[in-house]
Amino acid sequence: MSVFTEDQIRRYSRHILLPQVGGRRQRKLLAGRALVVGLGGLGSPASYYLTAAGVGTIGLIDGDVVDLSNLQRQILYTTDDIGKPKVERAAARLRALNPDLNFLPRRERVTPENAAALVEGFDVVIDALDNFEGRYALNEACVKAGIPLCHAAIYRLDGQATTILPGKTPCYRCLYPEPPPAGLMPTCRDAGLLGVVPAVMALIQATEAIKVLAGFGNLLAGQVLSYNAMDMHFQKVAVRRDPNCPVCAD
Amino acid sequence: MPVNVRIPTPLQSLTGNQALITAMGNSVGELISDLEQRFPGFKERLCDESGKLRRFVNVYVNQEDIRFLQGENTLLKDNDEVSIIPAIAGG
Repeated sequence: MSVFTEDQIRRYSRHILLPQVGGRRQRKLLAGRALVVGLGGLGSPASYYLTAAGVGTIGLIDGDVVDLSNLQRQILYTTDDIGKPKVERAAARLRALNPDLNFLPRRERVTPENAAALVEGFDVVIDALDNFEGRYALNEACVKAGIPLCHAAIYRLDGQATTILPGKTPCYRCLYPEPPPAGLMPTCRDAGLLGVVPAVMALIQATEAIKVLAGFGNLLAGQVLSYNAMDMHFQKVAVRRDPNCPVCAD
Repeated sequence: MPVNVRIPTPLQSLTGNQALITAMGNSVGELISDLEQRFPGFKERLCDESGKLRRFVNVYVNQEDIRFLQGENTLLKDNDEVSIIPAIAGG
């Protein structure tokens, strides 16, 4: 069993003191491999906190460059980063927070063709995308690879999150067999959103991913956590596997 | 049967921006009809032409998915909590 350095003991002292984590589970985090797919409103805070928590290897996927309109919520970036690839600036910022970790940035967009290769080798995946096609592709890749997927999505002031455990819980296709038709749901650019809302959901995703890697706590498995920022309403609803799901049915 | 219905943000433009409303119905199907009467256009957002719930919208009665209960025929009691949770993809 590897020994902590003095710096690691200090850096992770608040985790090590916590009965639910301790040194043993902190070591699991340091040995863990998490993939954050999308580095926008969800992925920025999620990757920040996985880095702070000491997840040893963090994959970062995003195909975009930083835009001024991102800075209302995508807190990994600064004004000086405008026009630069998000994945490069994210890796640099996260390395500054925790240089001990191994960051694997890839400037890519998720497609049905590349999703399987992107998730390979990771212990947990965070779905921080902003489109249905990518989410369905990521879901299928994670189900086929047997990798837990921490899903969240937002719209204006609403958020949803669930943790998909392949073969055990409903997958994303079980939950939503079809996406809305194109044009029915405006994008964030057209509809607007409260900048803090994705951060709330992202931290829920990061919490779930930490619990998956460290092996403690109860997951949002078979449940969807729904949040509305107007009245701070949280609720959990029960969800079940679709026996006819084209992705995960036995 | 008066039930409490939680309206997601994408549908609040139809309900005058109300997130929580009280509506009437002995079943989920009747509830949707009541909502359509009070907020025209509501049913079309939830149901297709044949009246079946669209496959990107889920309805829960007391936190249980009606697809695994009796669907639109799921019976309702006074003060039941009905939540409409559509697929969203923002991030």
